Amino acid sequence: MSTETKRPVTQKPKDKPAARNNGADGTGKEPPKEFAGTTPELRRELLHSMLLQRRFEERCAEAYALGKIGGFCHLYIGQEAISTGVMSMIRPDDYVITAYRDHGQALARGISPRAIMAELFGRDAGVSGGKGGSMHLFDSQTNFLGGHGIVGSHVPIAAGVGFAIKYRRGNQVCVCFIGEAAVNIGAFHEALNMASLWDLPVIFIIENNRYGMGTAISRSTANEDVLVRAKGYRMEGETVDGQDVFAVRECMTRAIERARKEKRPTLIEMKTYRFMGHSMSDAVSGTYRTKDELEENMKRDPILLLHNKMYEAGELTEGEMHKIDDEAKAIAQDAWDFADASPEPPLEKLYTDVYTDTSS
Amino acid sequence: MAVLTYRDALTQALREELQRDDRVFLMGEEVAQYNGAYKVSKGLLDEFGPMRIVDTPITELGFAGVGVGAAMVGLRPIVEFMTWNFALLALDEVVNAAAKILYMSGGQYKMPMVFRGPNGAALQLSAQHSQAWESWLAHIPGLKVCTPGTPADAKGLLKSAIRDDNPVVFLEGEMLYNVKGEVPEGEHIVPIGVAELKREGDHCSVITHGKMVLVAMKVADDLAKEGINIDVVDLRTVRPIDVDAISRSVQKTNRAVVLEEGWEICGMGSQVVDFIQRECFDDLDAPVLRVHQEDVPMPYAKNLERAAKPDAGKTIAAIKKVMYLD
Ligand SMILES: Cc1ncc(C[n+]2csc(CCOP(=O)(O)OP(=O)(O)O)c2C)c(N)n1
Ligand SMILES: [Mg+2]
Repeated sequence: MSTETKRPVTQKPKDKPAARNNGADGTGKEPPKEFAGTTPELRRELLHSMLLQRRFEERCAEAYALGKIGGFCHLYIGQEAISTGVMSMIRPDDYVITAYRDHGQALARGISPRAIMAELFGRDAGVSGGKGGSMHLFDSQTNFLGGHGIVGSHVPIAAGVGFAIKYRRGNQVCVCFIGEAAVNIGAFHEALNMASLWDLPVIFIIENNRYGMGTAISRSTANEDVLVRAKGYRMEGETVDGQDVFAVRECMTRAIERARKEKRPTLIEMKTYRFMGHSMSDAVSGTYRTKDELEENMKRDPILLLHNKMYEAGELTEGEMHKIDDEAKAIAQDAWDFADASPEPPLEKLYTDVYTDTSS
Repeated sequence: MAVLTYRDALTQALREELQRDDRVFLMGEEVAQYNGAYKVSKGLLDEFGPMRIVDTPITELGFAGVGVGAAMVGLRPIVEFMTWNFALLALDEVVNAAAKILYMSGGQYKMPMVFRGPNGAALQLSAQHSQAWESWLAHIPGLKVCTPGTPADAKGLLKSAIRDDNPVVFLEGEMLYNVKGEVPEGEHIVPIGVAELKREGDHCSVITHGKMVLVAMKVADDLAKEGINIDVVDLRTVRPIDVDAISRSVQKTNRAVVLEEGWEICGMGSQVVDFIQRECFDDLDAPVLRVHQEDVPMPYAKNLERAAKPDAGKTIAAIKKVMYLD
């Protein structure tokens, strides 16, 4: 099995790099508007975050092939601008909840790559103690509320977190990631209705990667305009290019403001594409989608897009790009080494955490 | 001691726990302005306001999930289902979320919440509204399941359930709401997982829970007149099950009848009989018999409904059979 995504993240853009531009903090001309007020340092962090997810998950694919990771394993490759863009906008005390395609979001949220890889390897040091696996990453330190495996079932849970924020008169937000195929499940609708009815500070993010397993959205969804569903629940909504990390960040500014100040939910559709199969057991292309379609979409690799913009702005040399990339690879390798050397959970732990013996 | 209805005992427990801990809130259909479909939450909206006594849309899956989310981040929700028949729509959140999240998260996220509402048959409500769900729910590791049969147990168990940091399923009896009994005031706690010997006798054990406790007590009265004295073991909670209490009784009487409201196949009684054959094999003088609903959906017609339900007559017949008196 090939483990490197067939996408050269360090490929040079066709145009020559523009003169080095230090942007607002330098003496050069203003940075392009599309940088959306970010500093060069932040842009590097965004690039690093996205590359880390990419390199980490490439290693996941490799580990899966070697049998070190088992069960269902859903890779996020191709969608990294969304996780990175969203997480770069929220606060540590905000909440995040997601479905089973959760590695990228967990990494972008700042959960230790070692603890994530150890979880995937089924080890005691895993972020969920080896009891959750790929689909169920939980981390109370970063308010990362899982990792849920039943399509749509975490959406009402997100509304409940929003309810708790309101109950305590807090000003956090709860961000809930949802696949586009989950918009057809009842739980999604029940949650949106309550979130709007009760003014809950929840940001529902639909990651529209155009497929739910092998079913294209056109074959599953009578009205593909997701925003109609926002309107149906008297909720603000917008659609953005989920491959553009700056577009993701910009629309999050509005949604976060709405949640913190007006206590209103938002539904955002982020258009994206998954570059790998639905899970590790699914072919990348050739069944329900063509190789041409895949290749066409891989031209809009979110990492490539960010890299090119920074390169064109003259703020990133190839050497620097390699350095960031090597760092990401080293972190992924370190996570692998750590996980591989970690002990399995002791057998006594089979019986712990079924119940807690505490009470109030 | 005050004599209260089962309903008022529940209301008292809710009120006391809402007063005790401001993280506790009640949500469900018609719980606030309407005072509860069965008036269990009567007066609570006035006392605690709409943020803590929350009317929901008819959206069982949705509000069960809202409860799960709120519990994950530290509130203590009490989710009321108008009846457990409607909770089938919410089972994903109960079984896949509430019962699993502590385990899946490696112990990071507790689920201090209660799912409560009436369970089992009332009168002539027919097939969709007359079902006892405890064996479904007791099957699930991660849940605790309470089935109080008296007003005092209703109060004491509900207080324990609300204070427990695990998800507790609380099955009330629709036909019990008006039943009266003595209820201790204030801090009356019944621990989850502890049965009570509600009647003592040497001839046969009747092991039961929930609404059938009343039936068993009537059976005990009727049989006492004939000189037959039975143990009535009220399990009170069906997960965990108090196996010791079952064994103690059966080791004394050497005969047992298991009485429940649900159906036969994979019912609670199947589990109780399994415990008995393992723990009391050498003590038994007769095979254990079970009394349960007939293996049919609940019919509407009065005579058919009566025939379908477990009752005192069927229980007495079973007891006489295990005593070889028939
Ligand atoms: C209720 C439910 N039905 C079916 C499945 C099996 N399943 C897992 S993922 C999936 C597709 C979901 O697609 P989408 O919501 O678009 O998310 P994506 O995988 O694209 O991230 C299906 C059908 C499930 N996990 N839960
Ligand atoms: Mg999808």
